[in-house]
Amino acid sequence: MSIVVNNVSKRFGNFVALDNVSVSLPTGQLTALLGPSGGGKSTLLRIIAGLESADQGTIEIAGTDATGVPARKRNVGFVFQHYAAFKHMSVAKNVAFGLDIRKTPKDEVRARVDELLRLVHLEQFAHRLPSQLSGGQRQRMALARALAVQPSVLLLDEPFGALDAKVRKELREWLRRLHDEFPVTTVFVTHDQEEALEVADEIVVINEGRVEQIGSPDELYDEPANEFVMSFLGPATRLGTELVRPHDIEVLSHDPGEGFYAGTVSRSTRVGFEVRSDVVIQSPEFTGTVQFVATRAEARSLKLDSGAQVWLRKSPGATSVVAGPLAVDEAAAPFANYAI
Amino acid sequence: MSSLEGWLAVAERSTTRYVLRVIVIVYLALLVGWPVWLVIQHTFGNGLEALRAALSDVFVVFSLKLTLAVALQAVLLNTVFGVGVSLLLARYTFPGKRALSALVDLPLSVSPVVVGLALILVYGPRDGWFGAWLHERGFEVIFSAPGMIMATAFVSLPLVIREVVPVLQERGIDEEQAAASLGATPLQSFWRITLPAIKWALVYGVVLTFARALGEFGAVKIVSGNLVGRTQTATLLVEQKYQDFAQSTAYATAFLLAAVSVACITVVTVLRKDHAGTRSTKHASASAKKRGGQ
Repeated sequence: MSIVVNNVSKRFGNFVALDNVSVSLPTGQLTALLGPSGGGKSTLLRIIAGLESADQGTIEIAGTDATGVPARKRNVGFVFQHYAAFKHMSVAKNVAFGLDIRKTPKDEVRARVDELLRLVHLEQFAHRLPSQLSGGQRQRMALARALAVQPSVLLLDEPFGALDAKVRKELREWLRRLHDEFPVTTVFVTHDQEEALEVADEIVVINEGRVEQIGSPDELYDEPANEFVMSFLGPATRLGTELVRPHDIEVLSHDPGEGFYAGTVSRSTRVGFEVRSDVVIQSPEFTGTVQFVATRAEARSLKLDSGAQVWLRKSPGATSVVAGPLAVDEAAAPFANYAI
Repeated sequence: MSSLEGWLAVAERSTTRYVLRVIVIVYLALLVGWPVWLVIQHTFGNGLEALRAALSDVFVVFSLKLTLAVALQAVLLNTVFGVGVSLLLARYTFPGKRALSALVDLPLSVSPVVVGLALILVYGPRDGWFGAWLHERGFEVIFSAPGMIMATAFVSLPLVIREVVPVLQERGIDEEQAAASLGATPLQSFWRITLPAIKWALVYGVVLTFARALGEFGAVKIVSGNLVGRTQTATLLVEQKYQDFAQSTAYATAFLLAAVSVACITVVTVLRKDHAGTRSTKHASASAKKRGGQ
């Protein structure tokens, strides 16, 4: 185990940021700390880095207790959401900073900086100032700077959060490839479930200061431990007493009898290759609006127009969790969790 | 009603602007321009004669040297202390922070004469509660250089802090934290990251402090005792020469003081412009970075 977090708690005034969190992160893996804003994931990352101190609990990095060790002695690479570029230094100087601090011989520094700049595709920008780079380039520079000191773990705090969608997608694919080439233990914080599912080997879902579930992207998606994980990782809708994925709902245009809910299509929206529909169900057992997703061909053959009568059930064998009482915001914004 | 509004709108466009301009120019001319011009005129009324006479007066030369020495030491004190307090105010939260912040501004609102009297109460050789103790051990504060430096430092205290704190707050702590995670000690982080970040603000603050220190009169007059050739600074000398009817010397010395202050302000203005220039290139580079993309 490369990072072991034991019973860590942290409060800011009355706000509980972390409530007795314990996580073990294996060596060489790319782990995502996933959760909504304000859930405590960044605080956990900063505590691991030593930028914040825990009220209780211990941190172990690469087998040694790091709890009371200052950030500069933890040998942790940290990448900030807003780059934290040293604005008055050139790109090369930025990358060389950690090596200069360690009084590395000049030739060695130059060779290492060249190598890292090649790695992050910034070799032709070595003498520019950070202000002359784009956001994506700045973040790659920050990554090279963090890697320069050969950290035992690499921590990234919402590394792509300040970038636009296209660059974000490019960079996360690039991060995945980089990690496959240089398998340093990496932890990154994100609130974007798609980013976590796509990039991470393992995901730690954190909400309201507690760990909700730990597992591989497949495990979390296919076997969510609870309602929160289910609805945070991808879209979820409530059908009867269960929470199911909108694409795991079977729809018929005629009454099949037992086991189906009858409902009326209240809205149908085509989004690209799929059709998203809201169905209002009013039966003795369940009253509410259910969302489901169908392909265009399915939607056409079922004639899913507003006002159409349909019958729904959860597809046999589909993932579901038992749902608690209907949350207000869920009813108000049924498509809040949608991501294509 | 509507005709009034129409009239106002027209007035806003043309007349108001000119009226305001004239008012400001007349105001500045009467308050600043004309008096300063008269000082220059009196100084150079007989060519360079007044300046030459003043600079051959040993007491004038001494007072100028003393003023420079006191100002430089006060600037040094306020630079070191100012950076420390700025870091404290910008980087830490602690009980009484607001009170400290208000206290830092106090010298701007308290009359320098009050500052001088307060210093005498504390450091006076006979009655001062700390000064008497120092006096017994042969260390004089009042009527000597330490008191004058302290008085000058007191009145110019906020100038460095008020320049540096906003810059520190704007830069945030990310860069310092990044330096720490890369292995920098707090001292290394200060020299390599924090100080370069506040460099220009610090330069403005220091120049303003220096200009203010050169011109200090009230507080220094009280704590120095105004002893000719011993504790008489240039501003005190100007007053005395003026009262002694040695007006050409007074004007010449006043001119020298004003010239140094104007030079300081010019330096600040040029630096500010340069710095503003580097700031605006940040925005200009937003378009450049798209071109330099891949």
